[in-house]
Amino acid sequence: MLYSDKVMEHFNNPRNVGILDEADGVGEVGNPTCGDMMKITIDVDDDTISDIKFQTLGCGAAIATSSMVTEMAKGMDIHDAVNITKKQVADELDGLPAPKMHCSVLATDGLKAAIDDYLVKQGREPIAGDIESNDPDFDPHEESDVELDE
Amino acid sequence: MTRYFDYAATTPTDPRVVEEMLPYYTEHFGNPNSLYTIGRDAYKALENARERIAEPLGAKPEEIIFTSGGTESDNAALVSTLWRLAPEGGAHIITSAYEHHAILEVVEWLGKHGHEISIVKPRKDGHVAADDIEAAMRPNTKVVSVIMANNEIGSINDIATIAQIAHEGGALMHTDAVQALGKIEIDVEALGIDMLSMSAHKIYGPRGIGALYLRRGTRFDPLIKGGGQESRRRSGTQNVVGAVGFAKALEIIVAEMDSEAARLSALRDFLIDEVTSRLENTLATVESDPRLPNIVPLLVKGVEGEAMLLQLDNLGFSVSTGSACSSGSLEASHVLLSIGVPQEIAHGSLRLSMGRWTTKEDCVELVDALIPIVERLREMSPVYKRMFCGEG
Repeated sequence: MLYSDKVMEHFNNPRNVGILDEADGVGEVGNPTCGDMMKITIDVDDDTISDIKFQTLGCGAAIATSSMVTEMAKGMDIHDAVNITKKQVADELDGLPAPKMHCSVLATDGLKAAIDDYLVKQGREPIAGDIESNDPDFDPHEESDVELDE
Repeated sequence: MTRYFDYAATTPTDPRVVEEMLPYYTEHFGNPNSLYTIGRDAYKALENARERIAEPLGAKPEEIIFTSGGTESDNAALVSTLWRLAPEGGAHIITSAYEHHAILEVVEWLGKHGHEISIVKPRKDGHVAADDIEAAMRPNTKVVSVIMANNEIGSINDIATIAQIAHEGGALMHTDAVQALGKIEIDVEALGIDMLSMSAHKIYGPRGIGALYLRRGTRFDPLIKGGGQESRRRSGTQNVVGAVGFAKALEIIVAEMDSEAARLSALRDFLIDEVTSRLENTLATVESDPRLPNIVPLLVKGVEGEAMLLQLDNLGFSVSTGSACSSGSLEASHVLLSIGVPQEIAHGSLRLSMGRWTTKEDCVELVDALIPIVERLREMSPVYKRMFCGEG
């Protein structure tokens, strides 16, 4: 199980770490029993993500995917950002070891949750659909069979 | 070699061992089973190595079977004896929940193939209680296998008492002594052991060689069949160069055992004191004696172990963790869970294991490196303050 140089680079120098005060949207996913927790805060102007920060408790892949998803989402329209897939995050990091694919689920789900939180606060309909890692029966470790080159 | 804190994983081969091995690669390369001079020289070296390994254990040379390492020794000990004792199945095997996978996987496999198994949990203090083994005994118990010293937390078990219980119930006693060998005194007679697994690469010897001590008279159907080497108990041309290295490595570690135990247990206590006093929400996983002098098992709450490991590696420190995320398996360490460490805390485990070249200075530098790493990771966590500092 080896990490790509890009995963290590994001793990060692994570982008957008922290919390935005009075954020427009907050998403929190994961649970400490499986060892991974993520919180994303976003500021949104005119449906565009103008600022984004994250906090993550987790392994190298969890931190690197969090960092990558914030970098990808920054400046994006929320309707596009909500569609960022776990595969896109993994691909941007030059791949993840199979047992670590679930970490990219956490990152994209955190972003989706923040976008929905923003919309709900605005009195608008949520758009993210089901958020896998918020399901109490969700076992992220079952994600390990996800193929990178699907 | 400095800043290596994973001696329980493997050790560098001692240059004195390498020196003794070298002629057996080139000059004395013969097959020990050949009748001509070069073969006989190899045979003498092999048998000399066998004597040097038997002697400090209080064993007879013919009771030492060379294997490829600890895993093979563990597999052979259980499978080869049960095959003879209960070929149709129906035997009962007792082991502990924090054995190496080389035991646990085999026991589970035996359980799927007609045998009964009992897996006894160690107590919270890190030791397997002899009373718990006694309570698990059944009339058909044939083998009891309990690790001599655990590889993750260092706890040393009371093998003598457990062996006595096994024998009173008519069972054989096996112990995996891979981590204990050369760290504590082992006398197979005094402890009443029937089978004992060993590995050379944990004691500054070469990889790919180990041994099984098998008490004379123990019925044994070899796992590896073929040319009948090792008195028909382990076929395959013997690894003479490995055996020579193993013997030399054991000789050195036994000679230096007492002074190393004193030196390393002082460093262990220093590391535990420094980390737990300078970093909030950290503790030693177990501190109950007897335990190995060289293993420092720590729990760092609110941090994921793999992240700690990778950041320490960036600064040149090699450490180990029982976190789920560090292994391919995604399960938190079965050892930590077996002694009752909760999942969310097991994720923050840090195992430091020291050895021949670990200095006080290395330990000081490690703690100085670890503290800001942990603080940074906790700062990055969305739940640390809420979970461990009673905030929010």
